[in-house]
Amino acid sequence: MASAFEYAPAPESRSVVDIAPSYGLFIDGEFTEAADGKVFKTVSPSTEEVLSEVARAGTQDVDRAVTAARRAFGTWSALPGSERAKYLFRIARIIQERSRELAVLETLDNGKPIRETRDADLPLVAAHFFYYAGWADKLDHAGYGANPRPLGVAGQVIPWNFPLLMLAWKIAPALATGNTVVLKPAETTPLSALFFADVCRQAGLPKGVVNILTGYGDAGQALVEHPGVDKVAFTGSTAVGKAIARQIAGTGKKATLELGGKGANIVFDDAPVDQAVEGIVTGIFFNQGQVCCAGSRLLVQESVHDEVLHSLKRRLSTLRLGDPLDKNTDIGAINSREQLARITSLVETGEAEGAERWTAPCELPSAGYWFAPTLFTGVTQAHTVARDEIFGPVLSVLTFRTPDEAVAKANNSQYGLSAGIWTEKGSRILAVANKLRAGVVWANTFNKFDPTSPFGGYKESGFGREGGRHGLEAYLDV
Amino acid sequence: MSDGRLSVFKTYKLYVGGKFPRSESGRVYEVTDPKGKWLANAPQSSRKDARDAVVAARKAFGGWAGATAYNRGQILYRVAEMLEGRREQFAREVADAEGLSKSKAAAVVDAAVDRWVWYAGWTDKIAQIAGGANPVAGPYFNLSTPEPTGVVAVLAPQESSFLGLVSVLAPVIATGNTAVVVASADAPLPALSLGEVLATSDLPGGVVNILSGRTAELALPLASHQDVNAIDLTGAAPDAGLAKELETAAADNLKRVLRPQHVDGEDGAGGTDWTADPGTRRLTAFLETKTVWHPTGALGASGSSY
Amino acid sequence: MPTTAPAFADATASDSALRRFLHGLPGVDAVGLEARAAALGTRSIKTTAKAYAIDLAISMIDLTTLEGADTPGKVRALAAKAVNPDPTDRTTPRTAAVCVYPDMAATAVAALAGSGVKVASVATAFPAGRAALDVKLADVRDAVAAGADEIDMVIDRGAFLAGRYLKVYEEILAVKAECGSARLKVIFETGELSTYDNIRRASWLGMLAGADFIKTSTGKVATNATPANTLLMLEAVRDFREQTGVQIGVKPAGGIRTSKDAIKFLVLVNETAGEDWLDNHWFRFGASSLLNDLLMQRQKLSTGRYSGPDYVTVD
Repeated sequence: MASAFEYAPAPESRSVVDIAPSYGLFIDGEFTEAADGKVFKTVSPSTEEVLSEVARAGTQDVDRAVTAARRAFGTWSALPGSERAKYLFRIARIIQERSRELAVLETLDNGKPIRETRDADLPLVAAHFFYYAGWADKLDHAGYGANPRPLGVAGQVIPWNFPLLMLAWKIAPALATGNTVVLKPAETTPLSALFFADVCRQAGLPKGVVNILTGYGDAGQALVEHPGVDKVAFTGSTAVGKAIARQIAGTGKKATLELGGKGANIVFDDAPVDQAVEGIVTGIFFNQGQVCCAGSRLLVQESVHDEVLHSLKRRLSTLRLGDPLDKNTDIGAINSREQLARITSLVETGEAEGAERWTAPCELPSAGYWFAPTLFTGVTQAHTVARDEIFGPVLSVLTFRTPDEAVAKANNSQYGLSAGIWTEKGSRILAVANKLRAGVVWANTFNKFDPTSPFGGYKESGFGREGGRHGLEAYLDV
Repeated sequence: MSDGRLSVFKTYKLYVGGKFPRSESGRVYEVTDPKGKWLANAPQSSRKDARDAVVAARKAFGGWAGATAYNRGQILYRVAEMLEGRREQFAREVADAEGLSKSKAAAVVDAAVDRWVWYAGWTDKIAQIAGGANPVAGPYFNLSTPEPTGVVAVLAPQESSFLGLVSVLAPVIATGNTAVVVASADAPLPALSLGEVLATSDLPGGVVNILSGRTAELALPLASHQDVNAIDLTGAAPDAGLAKELETAAADNLKRVLRPQHVDGEDGAGGTDWTADPGTRRLTAFLETKTVWHPTGALGASGSSY
Repeated sequence: MPTTAPAFADATASDSALRRFLHGLPGVDAVGLEARAAALGTRSIKTTAKAYAIDLAISMIDLTTLEGADTPGKVRALAAKAVNPDPTDRTTPRTAAVCVYPDMAATAVAALAGSGVKVASVATAFPAGRAALDVKLADVRDAVAAGADEIDMVIDRGAFLAGRYLKVYEEILAVKAECGSARLKVIFETGELSTYDNIRRASWLGMLAGADFIKTSTGKVATNATPANTLLMLEAVRDFREQTGVQIGVKPAGGIRTSKDAIKFLVLVNETAGEDWLDNHWFRFGASSLLNDLLMQRQKLSTGRYSGPDYVTVD
């Protein structure tokens, strides 16, 4: 935005975080090299600078980690819940203390703006541990019968879009219920999980209770398939989720899968327009749209289409894209070259299929992976950009005429993770929310998260819920 | 026979979409009691029958899921009432099907009636157990509600042809799902007769669809059907290979899968004790949790003190 | 005679038409509005941007004294400060205006002659506005006659809350007619209107009636200018200009005391109405103690040392 009021650069200091040149796997309380000595590099997506070199876990390392977790399980699950709670409270507090450091780290490794890691990711991470800490000694009262038992060793595979938050969603309930954990972060964002290992060390967590394996999909697959794993928790793509469901078929392994989405954000003609526009922006441009519950389909009532689109484009023109460490940056980098290629390719498909593309006027940095906020108008249910998850800052705009049509279009998807409703009419909110086949419905708001609030999808968006009392079930033998 | 009157046989038919069709394949198979005595010819359903049943179940889903929980409870209770009136018929069919004594079979039927009553009472309570308000840290109203997952394929237990069937079917429909049931392959007659009870209990057509035939032949197309949301593999318990194959097929559209569970009960080694307290597990297995957020905000913008 | 923007001539044709129009405006979700205002409040304004913002904020101040104890001496002191806010640094911009009661307007006019600093006078039985229309208009005439460049009127909140929108509208028209060449700021007393929906309606009512500025508050109630209510009014002037081509100013007043606060408001202006409003012809701060904090921050920027209250003037 060219303005008389140019905001001077306001970068958060990198000096609060000390990234070592190399990291090992965290197994049985120790950092250790991969058995075959393999490593990989992790880069900062906003600059392509190499941040560190990280051990790449293989099958043997998975076996070592699962064995360590199994060994630790007996003692950990036998601890009084009140003791497990205190470990989790310690972890929550240490995360609060180190939140600036972890926010900067996450921004460097992921590419998302510091504004988000500082104001959303890290507070939610700490809150999640704090919430589940309190459950550890109250499981008898959780509605799953008396003395519900843990499952054993949880194999957890998490994505790169909210590395530390997804770790918290996985580890906090697992530990609270008495399970031990082997967690594999995504290969493009391994660092915050390794720093979390250090948080566990500071908290005095017994060795083997949490094990972190950095690596690629092969390590994730080996973990899921390992016979010593009793519980699989995965957040990621629907394709991989289906593969996991097949792998564990016929086994006793319990699974929760948080997969893709193509959330419909429905704007009625009586919506609070200015807030709806903010909600649309939050819905699809939060974390560069790399959010499984993103409101990637805007369903706007025909009678207000032009007005909403005008306001939306005006608002998008004020988004500040650039250095993720700058405190005024709204849109950061795409997480990886591969993801950028996927976004680019789907946008090309959208154009080829005849949807009308509009891209916010902003300059992209020369290094790193960037994609300007983009929207497609004239989209129908038949367009690829209305059906496939793009996982990027790309909004597909469709129209509807009646509430029934809005619901029908919103539900016309293989996914069912999230949806939004914007209207000032209370009964319409409740009627539409009731008919939407989606696990989370945000009415007159979007992309809000809380540890007490269960999260998870219908249909091919996965199964099981994370968060809240519901989130305990996935880690209990009930 | 003593009076010399020739009895009237019953033609057993499927129950699909509220109607009683024969298998579209025209096939039947012989159903015998455990000692091998012929009881009846049952329709041997085909994959097309399974497909038709899914269509009927999907069509019925919106209305059944949208019915009030009170209404569903009334209807499930009505099923119990209708069954109560036909206890003798079912006791005879269960005795034949499972080789039970008259008194044991009567006890099984009584338990099945009571099971309908139990689940009739759950329809308007499960949401209060499984859902509720979440105290989020912000100015938002936040409520989690359980909702039916959709069309559920139910492989009824092979051994317990009636109590087992009712125990797996009632919780599925109590919460608003619709069901395609594959009856016990060797003992399908009580299940097919249950269709007649359901049809006279105000249950909308298509909410429950009952197929008889070879379990594997029907289960595979159901497990891989893209318009089926969940599958209960209880009836695949005797065949671990089949259960695994079905679970693998179910992954294609990420069906919710209830795996077969072996619980040692008084029925004997490895059998499920269908008389035990069912708990809520079978209700919650086919529920989704929907969480709705809405801003609360202040009554006024002023925060004024006057 | 001020005229309603032609696009909305029908809206003010009758009481019922006006009610329909105002109640047909999009609703405001309070949490969403406040969240947006808070998010913009996290902008980090540093170095050159901060220097720009501080000078801009100083130039936008309506330096205000509205006390029963006001005297000509007090007003002259304030005027001197408006013209020369920081005696140690003559590059400091002057404030936009001095804002006083009507009986002090002449004193202010005399003290500010030739300085370029405007004289704003509250009127219309400020702050309650509970007087007969004739009295209110006489109040305005006095101020204009004394040479006030700007009139800050209060609306009849009682009539507004009772739904008598046309009465409020006609009163603004009548005041505007008395203003002559003076610019009219219309004060809503947002704290008394209570809801954001009311604030949006009042904003449009004021703009339709020919307000040159819409202003949040008198500074005399518990809640005055807030980031959220100012954001909402900025949205209103933005939308009004898009639909009519007429640009209207915004003045948050009361409760803005620190440079940090003022800069947050300027961010709201920049990212909502846009840079066309980043000028004291279109945006003002109704404030008094704010000025000294801005001056201390300004000294810190130029010297590198933190300043203290003894290094700015007390008026």
